Amino acid sequence: MARKKKTKKPLSEYSAGELILFRFRKNKLAMIGVGMFIFVTLMILIAPLIRPYSMVVKQDIVHRLNKPSAEHIFGTDELGRDLLARILYGGRISLFCSLAIIGIAFVTGAIIGGTAGFFGGKVDTILMRVVDMLMSVPSALLAMAIITALGNGVWKLVLALSIGQIARFARMVRSSVLTLRNREYIEAAKCFGSSSWRIIMKHILPNGIGPIIVSATLTLGSVILSISSMGYLGLGVASPTPEWGTIISENKVNIQYYPYLGIIPGICIMLTVMSVNFIGDGLRDAFDPKSKK
Amino acid sequence: MNWLKYALKRLLMLIPVIISVTFILFIILSFAPGDVARMVLGQDATEEQVAELNHEMGLDRPLLVRYVRYMWDALHLDFGRSWTGNFDVLGEFSHRLPYTLLVSFLAILFATGVGIPFGIASAIKQYSLLDYGSTFVVMLLFSMPAFWLGTMCQLLFCLTLHWLPVSGINSWKSFILPPLILGANTMASMIRMSRTSMLDVIRMDYIRTARAKGGSRRYVTRHHAIRNSLIPVVTQIGISFAGTIGGAVVTENIFAIPGIGTLLINAVKSRDVPVVMGTVIFITIIVGVINLVVDLICALVDPRIDLAS
Repeated sequence: MARKKKTKKPLSEYSAGELILFRFRKNKLAMIGVGMFIFVTLMILIAPLIRPYSMVVKQDIVHRLNKPSAEHIFGTDELGRDLLARILYGGRISLFCSLAIIGIAFVTGAIIGGTAGFFGGKVDTILMRVVDMLMSVPSALLAMAIITALGNGVWKLVLALSIGQIARFARMVRSSVLTLRNREYIEAAKCFGSSSWRIIMKHILPNGIGPIIVSATLTLGSVILSISSMGYLGLGVASPTPEWGTIISENKVNIQYYPYLGIIPGICIMLTVMSVNFIGDGLRDAFDPKSKK
Repeated sequence: MNWLKYALKRLLMLIPVIISVTFILFIILSFAPGDVARMVLGQDATEEQVAELNHEMGLDRPLLVRYVRYMWDALHLDFGRSWTGNFDVLGEFSHRLPYTLLVSFLAILFATGVGIPFGIASAIKQYSLLDYGSTFVVMLLFSMPAFWLGTMCQLLFCLTLHWLPVSGINSWKSFILPPLILGANTMASMIRMSRTSMLDVIRMDYIRTARAKGGSRRYVTRHHAIRNSLIPVVTQIGISFAGTIGGAVVTENIFAIPGIGTLLINAVKSRDVPVVMGTVIFITIIVGVINLVVDLICALVDPRIDLAS
């Protein structure tokens, strides 16, 4: 694809990063995903301009369970709270928490997996045993056990869900470090007398990070889903703090007669997760054009 | 007898896993706050009664001592009693397990039974309407929270069309919607996996050889392509079982099925440590055993896999 006549310089002059970007931007679904994701993020960020935070919790019994109208675009819930405001501010929690979870899991996993892969030997064996142990418990159950111990709350939820993801990232980082460790250019760098730190930052990181970023993006979608499931089960963000899953859960009784209370937040979750998945798929194809899924 | 040896070895390897998992869980759950004895006895109990119960439950001992004692009891199949309800953890678990297993089994059956044929068909007819259609469904299912899909189906099939019961386990009709919801995500990944795997296999040299030797397209697809493409899919079934059991927690909650999921959720909400502990351990063991069984099946399907190594 990159071999079009329009490109001014020959293919060999493009850096690997430029080629990846090029391929990514050629991918229509991925660009749709980026557009959707930017839209969602923008709406969440400018939420105060659309609805003041007070509307999230302000109860208005007179206007309870109003169908969507000009005044309340998404309608109101049982307590007369504006659904649009709750969804906008709920999105902040859903999205920022999921980013935090991926961030924590990514960094911790990279440290554990990187140490294990780079140093090998006993360190590797011990660390990987711990990781195997964490992996043998289904992550949803591990998160629930942690919530039992810590209780409800936004940050406790972030902690509980990120611990379940650490093991996967550690494994991935380890295996990519292991494949890179014995490459010729690493040996060459060692011969030049580069320090371990320099080899990790300059050679291993840029070469190994691709698939891990792809996987992090794809995991982001499932983490958003886990957060909302936890909210739905009453184990995550507790009402009246809005969170997409919590919003559906608190409207459970009224969904039969006021379906919009369930449909709208669900579609918000779906579109967000879908945009992230599109981006992830696009990144995967861009990093590894040979794997055609 | 090779596989028997292998199975035994794998079963033995489960033991250290279980021990370490229980240890980690024990440490995590020891952070649970609150005065348990006070919770059990109520506000009217005297300090002496509380202290006595604490002593009786061993809660005044150090963590390690409690852990050893727990494991010793567990060896004698005593996983303690619930703190909030008057029941034995193992008894309650085994009483509820059949429902969860039934729903999960039906879900996997549905996911593989529908997912694999669709995946293979969309690989054979790549870029057809069927292919685009199933890819679209897969994308939708991957982006949908299961609880939302469940709620929406309840709204449509139970509350509007009145075809199926909303919740409970009153008749066989109650076991139609929950497995479909639980299996939806697994089905999506089955479609994706078998499509990818089939596409890989179709392009293999031995397929071209078989065609060149005069095998009809249909014969080659049936006897050469499908069989080979199923190997990674079978492994995936085992992996997805862990996810299915985790998902069962949500599905049981939507449809009010008295399985392990509802037990676990209630225990987490009321911070009933022995129940959470026991349930998570049992599920971990079940998932481990199922993964073992799947590996054995894989070895039977694919003679190239050498169990000894």
